[in-house]
Amino acid sequence: MVEETLNETIETERAGMSAEAGCEIELSRRRLLQLLGAGLLITVTDRVSVGQRGSRDGQSMPVAARLHLNTDGTFTVMTGKVEEGQGARAQLTQAAAEELQVSADRVHLVMADTALVPDDGITAGSRSTPYTVPAVRRGAATARELLKQLAAQEWQVDASTLEVRDGTITHGTAKRTMRYADLAKARDVADAFKQSISSDVTVMSVEQWDVLGTSVPRPNWRDLATGTHRYPSDVVRPNMLYGRVLRTPSYGATLNSIDLSPAEAMEDVIVLHDDQFVGCAAPTSLRAAQAVEAVAKTASWKTVAHPSSRELSSHLKKNARTGGRSRPRIRGSVEKGLAEADKVLRATYEAAYIQHTPMEPRAAVAEWKDDNLTVWAGVDWPQRAQRDLARVFDMPGERIRVIVPDMGGGFGGKHTAEAAEEAARLAKAAGCPVSVRWTRAEEFTWAYFRPAGVIECEAGLDDRGRITAWDFATINPGGAAMDTPYAIANTRVASISTDAPLQQGAYRCLGATVNNFARESFMDELAAAAGTDPLTFRLAHLENPRIRTVLEAAARHFDWPGRRKKVTAEVGVGLACGTEKNSVVAACVEVTIDRRNGQISVNEVCEAFECGPIQNPANLTSQVQGCIVMGLGGALKEAIEFENGKILNASFAGYRPPRFRDVPKIDVHLIDNRAIPSAGGGETPIIAIAPAIGNAVFAATGVRLRSMPMRGRSLGQA
Amino acid sequence: MDATFTFTVNGQEKTVTTDRQRSLLEVLREEFHLTGAKYGCGEGRCGACSVLMNGRRVLSCLTSVADADQKAITTIEGLAQGSSLHPVQEAFVEEGAMQCGYCTSGMIIAAAALLERNPEPTDEEIVAEMNVNLCRCNGYTKILQAVRRAAKKMRR
Repeated sequence: MVEETLNETIETERAGMSAEAGCEIELSRRRLLQLLGAGLLITVTDRVSVGQRGSRDGQSMPVAARLHLNTDGTFTVMTGKVEEGQGARAQLTQAAAEELQVSADRVHLVMADTALVPDDGITAGSRSTPYTVPAVRRGAATARELLKQLAAQEWQVDASTLEVRDGTITHGTAKRTMRYADLAKARDVADAFKQSISSDVTVMSVEQWDVLGTSVPRPNWRDLATGTHRYPSDVVRPNMLYGRVLRTPSYGATLNSIDLSPAEAMEDVIVLHDDQFVGCAAPTSLRAAQAVEAVAKTASWKTVAHPSSRELSSHLKKNARTGGRSRPRIRGSVEKGLAEADKVLRATYEAAYIQHTPMEPRAAVAEWKDDNLTVWAGVDWPQRAQRDLARVFDMPGERIRVIVPDMGGGFGGKHTAEAAEEAARLAKAAGCPVSVRWTRAEEFTWAYFRPAGVIECEAGLDDRGRITAWDFATINPGGAAMDTPYAIANTRVASISTDAPLQQGAYRCLGATVNNFARESFMDELAAAAGTDPLTFRLAHLENPRIRTVLEAAARHFDWPGRRKKVTAEVGVGLACGTEKNSVVAACVEVTIDRRNGQISVNEVCEAFECGPIQNPANLTSQVQGCIVMGLGGALKEAIEFENGKILNASFAGYRPPRFRDVPKIDVHLIDNRAIPSAGGGETPIIAIAPAIGNAVFAATGVRLRSMPMRGRSLGQA
Repeated sequence: MDATFTFTVNGQEKTVTTDRQRSLLEVLREEFHLTGAKYGCGEGRCGACSVLMNGRRVLSCLTSVADADQKAITTIEGLAQGSSLHPVQEAFVEEGAMQCGYCTSGMIIAAAALLERNPEPTDEEIVAEMNVNLCRCNGYTKILQAVRRAAKKMRR
């Protein structure tokens, strides 16, 4: 089942859109009032329905499912998206405020609570900006128009003669005004908000934006800075116990037998054994851990053979499906292009498995009451967690409520709800709420990984330095950013599945982190073979105007031509570009290589990024800076090592994400392209970093590093 | 084995009878429900669990409750004075030096301890002190700006 979910995760990511519609939840007016607090709320819906997906399918959703007008003139807006540090809370607040023509502080956003919010699909794939922001804007704009109509009825005027500004509706000629708060008291807004959200309602144009496009801070920053925000791992319920689950000693191992008596003998400890599941709950985390440790000593396991990370690349290649190419995308004829070539280059690139390591490991609290289950969990899709739990406990989804408090990071790594299921199992057995918080070692071992990969590249160059053929086969990372954005007559690209030894799933830009590394490094190899500057070589093959713009911007701000001339055997510069999820990126970097030990230090990153009209500049800057630094980790240091079904470096002692000391000078240039709709910006800025570093190392040393993480051992020959 | 320990937490005297093997982090979170200090790794390599013990930053996941006996503990919840934020908290909010925010309490505690000891740290000194604090949203650039800003505020 786990594998199925993960495959779905990847497919979802690849498909670029949520795979399934959510279920609808009947919700009474009374219930909603209880949940949101009576008095605040004047409009309610009788059902909570499908948001993002529904809107795309043209299904209707009542305005009341998206937002409420409160009697004080503020709005409560509801979304199924989760906040995990990417900034959706501020951005979706802005989206609603913009259309309602109020300041952002008059919008209160309720996120990711299955009892209250529409299903906006999974929080993944940079989809909140292109899909959920427009869905929220349509809902808010429909509400604005309905409120104008109510005011028009009140005044007996034509609604089209009314204007809204700062929460006040104005009738110009009659010089009459009415605040939303007054309207809420005068008219039956609840009744009006039963109407469906209009798919063709007019939303504010980019030129009109005055909330979108500004750096609205995350509304609950103060709670984060004072430690008062409750993350999933911080939720405390009355009489709550702490749970711990027995893990298998290696991948694929199954439990033969176990003696529970050592744990059962411990005071206040609850022990649950159900087929392969063994867990304990106790009044303290230490006691729960001691109980699991005690039974673990009695367990006997059946283990299975499992490959090692040392033979990872050969394992992936050997098990590639159908001897190679599953459904390649072909343009022209690669064979013809290679025949026309003056030079043919071949190279194989590799990438290790890496872990998301969000600061907050998986965590959930589960509570049963009268056969109803409530779960607070750190997951990317509350409605899917609800469906998963319904399946596990064989009960209707309506009796399960999943709440996702703003959580401690995800980066694509929290699509699955294991901790929620474990907490619910233990809470059911214990008869009281249970909190399950994975340890870092559990997160390193039992969460899924970004896929490792092997990429085989072949290309031909003619005597004028033009690429005549491009053949790119990527084994295992998936198809993100697999296509070449360069203008080449003959291309063949294929994403090939294989036997993946570890659980794998989404990641920040997923396979694009691997595929872009291979493509942009190989482009650099071709530029060198053609004897052409890497920037000139790329521009000569690049028609996409958006990529050209960011590439030229990064090169200009970095002073590429000047810096290129200053390259030495120790200091190199490199660049790379790419596109994914409808945004474009280019980076120039400078590295220093210590020729005694091969240590690679990144001194500077200059990155230009464009994702359409910028909705929140400060947040986008944070996301781009974060992507750049996260990219350094995968490029230079991070790799999961495994052997005999065990992760060998399941701790921050053995697995090294970037730290303060690793942060280079970072120069970010955001390009505000107002000619197209906004795309998400939290992922694509990562994909240019690794290849730019590899290309910079080559510029200094002449050594091409083709395996991520790029360890410079071979460079330390001096 | 259970024993009784007494210490102050955010100025209040607390007594707890518990297993002496428990970490200070676990006792703060599970006995007192002060969940501002976070579990991030349990091995002292991420700094999310940072608290002040007698004014010095300690990693509470590696500090046993027994080690805290008779000490004065300050957690992130005790840093603000009433409704006015500590200058380091203010600086983090003003710079927007938070993304998911899970590392933030540890970052703020570490910076507050550093600035108490060294009001005018160089960037190198900030990095040396804060290098144990991991941020996976990788917001180090803005965090560094926030610490610089806090240093200026505290000198005023």
